[in-house]
Amino acid sequence: MRTSALMAATGVRKAYREKVVLDDLDLTVDEHDVVCLIGASGSGKSTLLRCLNLLETIDDGVITFDGREISDPLVDPRSVRREVGMVFQAYNLFPHLSVLDNCTLAQVRVHRVRPDEAVQRAMELLVRFGLADKADAHPDALSGGQQQRVALVRAMCTRPRLLLLDEITAALDPELVGEVLEIVRAEAEAGTTLVLATHEMSFAREVATKVCFLDGGRVLEQGPPEQLFGDPVEERTRAFLARVRS
Amino acid sequence: MRVGRSSSGGLDKLEHRKPSGREVERRAVRRRLRVQQGAIATVVTVVVVVGLVALIVSSPGWDRVRDYFLSWSHARDSFAAIGEGFWINIRIFLVAEPCVLVLGALVAIARQTTSPWLAPLRLLAIGYTDLFRGIPSIMVVVICGIGIPALGLSGVTSSLFWLTTFALVLCYGAYVAEVFRAGILAIHPTQVASAEALALTRAQTMRFVVLPQAVRRVVPPLMNDLVSLQKDTALISAVGVFEALRAAQDYQGYNFNGTPLLVAAAYFLVVAVPLTRLTDWLMRRQIEKEQGR
Repeated sequence: MRTSALMAATGVRKAYREKVVLDDLDLTVDEHDVVCLIGASGSGKSTLLRCLNLLETIDDGVITFDGREISDPLVDPRSVRREVGMVFQAYNLFPHLSVLDNCTLAQVRVHRVRPDEAVQRAMELLVRFGLADKADAHPDALSGGQQQRVALVRAMCTRPRLLLLDEITAALDPELVGEVLEIVRAEAEAGTTLVLATHEMSFAREVATKVCFLDGGRVLEQGPPEQLFGDPVEERTRAFLARVRS
Repeated sequence: MRVGRSSSGGLDKLEHRKPSGREVERRAVRRRLRVQQGAIATVVTVVVVVGLVALIVSSPGWDRVRDYFLSWSHARDSFAAIGEGFWINIRIFLVAEPCVLVLGALVAIARQTTSPWLAPLRLLAIGYTDLFRGIPSIMVVVICGIGIPALGLSGVTSSLFWLTTFALVLCYGAYVAEVFRAGILAIHPTQVASAEALALTRAQTMRFVVLPQAVRRVVPPLMNDLVSLQKDTALISAVGVFEALRAAQDYQGYNFNGTPLLVAAAYFLVVAVPLTRLTDWLMRRQIEKEQGR
C-alpha cells in the first residue's frame, strides 16, 4: 500500500491477552505535521507510539513509513528506528554514561558518525537547550526537567525524520514542564514531524497541526486544534475535555 | 546508629557566616550525643569481646586446645613452609580469577542471545551451568586431576597445577555466569527499550547499555564468589598438590600439632580481607560518581 503520508497506520489492532488496547485504529502523519494524541489514561496513546516504532508487534492492520510497509516481519525494525526518534515518559537515560555519551552513543554506533562530529552535534544541541554545563554530568545528578531535555537532545542528535514523544512531561513537577515543552515548541516550529501523546491541553492547542482524541483504542475524533478543542463533534470528546479542563 | 553529622561548620567558614545561637546550641548537643554513643559502643564491644574470650578460656578443655592450636614455636617453624604452599594458592587464584570472570561473562551472554544460529551455544551454556553448579567442586578437582592425565592424551598437560586450576575455573565459571545473568536480567526493560529505540543492535545494546550496568550491580556478589574461589584453592590438596592446607596438614602429621592450620587460615585471611575492603571502596566511589555527589 502506498500513501503520500510520512507515517500511516491503517486498521491497527493490539491486544495484551484478552485486553484490546488498539482496535481498528487509523492515523496518518504527514511531513511537518505535529500530531497530538489526547485521551484518558489507558486509551492506547503510549501503545500506539510503541507500535509505530516497532517496539510492539501489532496484531492486525498495516503501518507504513515513507510509503513502505514496516509492519512486515521481514522489515528490520532498526531500519525504521534509525529515522524515527522516541522519547519516553521516564526519560530512560543510560545512568552509567555521561550526558554527552548518552547523546553520542547512537550517532557513533548506529549512524557511523565520526566521534568528534558526534560530540560537536551533541554539544550544539546541549548548548541550545541550556545544558552545556551538564555535558560531563551523569543523569542521576540532574533534575527531572534536565534529564528529559537530555533525552530529547539524545533523540534529536541523529536528525530523525519523525519524533515520537510519549507523555514526556507527565513525570515532571509543574514548574519543570515549561523548559521541556520549550524544546518541543522549537522543534515544531523548525518543521520537525512530531507525534506526541500529551496531557498538556493548552500546549497541544498551541503547537498541534492535528489533534487526535483516542477513546476505546481508536481515534474517535480528529481535526485541527481549533475545531477539536473549540467545537468537538463527539459527545465523549466533549466529556473528556470538560473533565481535563475542570 | 548515626547522629546527623554537621558539615555546616565547614561551610560557615567558607562563607564567613556566623551561626545563630540556636545552631551553636544544637551543635553542642550533637557533639555530646556523638560522644555518648561512641562511649556506649566502646563499652558494649569490650564487654562482649571480654565475655567471649573469658567463656572460651574458662572452658574445661581450653588448656589442651591451646597447646594443640596456639603454639608459638610450631607457628614459627611451619610459617615458611606454609607460606611456600600458599604461593601456589595465590598463583592458582591469579590465573583462575580472570579466566572465571571471562568464562562466566561469556556463558551469561551466550544465554541471552536470540539468534537461531546460536541455539547450540545456548543449549551448551545451560547444560554447563546446570552441570557444574550441581557437582561438588572437590569431585571436579579430583576427576580433572586424576582422570584427565589417565586418558593419556598427547598434547594435554599432566601438570596438576594447570589441571586443578582448570577444574576450579569450570566450577566457578558456572557460579559467576549465574551472577552475571542475574545482573543482566535485573536491568530494567525500559533501558533496553530506549536502546532499541535508538536503533542499536541487540549486541550493541548488550555491550554498551546492559552489560556495563549489570557488571556494576553484581560486583558485591562477584567478589563474594572470588573470595570463595580464593579459599577453595585449598581443594587442590585433595590430589596431593603441596599448597598451604597440604603443607599445614603435613606439618601437623609430623609434629602432632594443629597450629599450622591456623597459620594457613591467617594466610588466607590476609588476602581476603583487603580484597573485600578494596571492592567496597571501588563500588562506593563509582556510585558517588554516578549520583553526582
